[in-house]
Amino acid sequence: MKLEILHELNAERAARRPAILVTDTESGEQRLVKAAAFSKDPLRAELEKQLRTGKSASVEAGGKKLFLNVYAPTAKLVIVGAVHISQALAPLARSLGYDVTVVDPRTAFASPERFPDVPLVAEWPDTALPPLNVDAYTAFVAVTHDPKIDDPALLHAFERNCFYIGALGSRKTHAKRGDRLRAQGAKESDIARIHAPIGLAIGAVSPSEIAVAIMAEITAVLRLPPKEKEEAA
Amino acid sequence: MLDRDEDILKAAEDWQKAGRGVALATVVETWGSAPRPAGSSLVINDEGTFLGSVSGGCVEGAVVTEAMDVIQSGKPRMLEFGVADETAWNVGLSCGGTIRVFVEKVA
Repeated sequence: MKLEILHELNAERAARRPAILVTDTESGEQRLVKAAAFSKDPLRAELEKQLRTGKSASVEAGGKKLFLNVYAPTAKLVIVGAVHISQALAPLARSLGYDVTVVDPRTAFASPERFPDVPLVAEWPDTALPPLNVDAYTAFVAVTHDPKIDDPALLHAFERNCFYIGALGSRKTHAKRGDRLRAQGAKESDIARIHAPIGLAIGAVSPSEIAVAIMAEITAVLRLPPKEKEEAA
Repeated sequence: MLDRDEDILKAAEDWQKAGRGVALATVVETWGSAPRPAGSSLVINDEGTFLGSVSGGCVEGAVVTEAMDVIQSGKPRMLEFGVADETAWNVGLSCGGTIRVFVEKVA
């Protein structure tokens, strides 16, 4: 690998921008395709598929054997609400490879005894969230059930274009939440992005089961192509 | 990728800039039950220090040896390891899979 390519790749990774390294495994020739340039690339379809699935793979194109090495940022999960569900959700998400942070201004909830080994921020969302660099590779869940905490957090998630946004609450609770967010200037398209009731409908009852339903839904949004995604939701 | 390979590529860049000979070995294809998926990589310097992995530890020794040659010659190489590969490399994957590993110099 040329040092310039390696340097460029490391810069993309540090900035949490996805890129794919294309290597001709016979000649050793290489080029780096940044996500922003996918749509103009002759290998567009292959690049998009590999990025979506997060898998590196060998392909044949134009009589060449090419290896597509996918460098996607580590997915993050921001959990607003240090509640019982979060105690099950945090370790589950970590086992799936997510960098997890729990935010809750209520120190009785956000305590290290309740969340051993999980980064905790016991601050209000307006203070806690900006330093977390919430981005398009972040799944964001709001589970406090308290509008004072969940609502500003959701507004931040809209702004940062999180790939998944979920909020705890029944349809009725969610309808009220929609009204409040609209009153605070949220767009209809943003409100429509919230997965609520949160999680895939698997009949989850216990906090651990709800955590499974949430992670299953996040996985579906991350991995499925757009059409199948709608069917799963 | 959900794997944490970050420090490997960072080390490759740092070692190269510090004047070391550096090679990168990457799993490009797997068949059967391979221990690490395609895209997993191992970085090696000319002192024999390495970081990362391309298998569960079964073939790393052989990859490091080959990488030393690649650092010398500058020519990339494709290695293949399988369970019945005794004639070629004298190492194999105990899990029964087969992997192809692309080894290239960082220059």
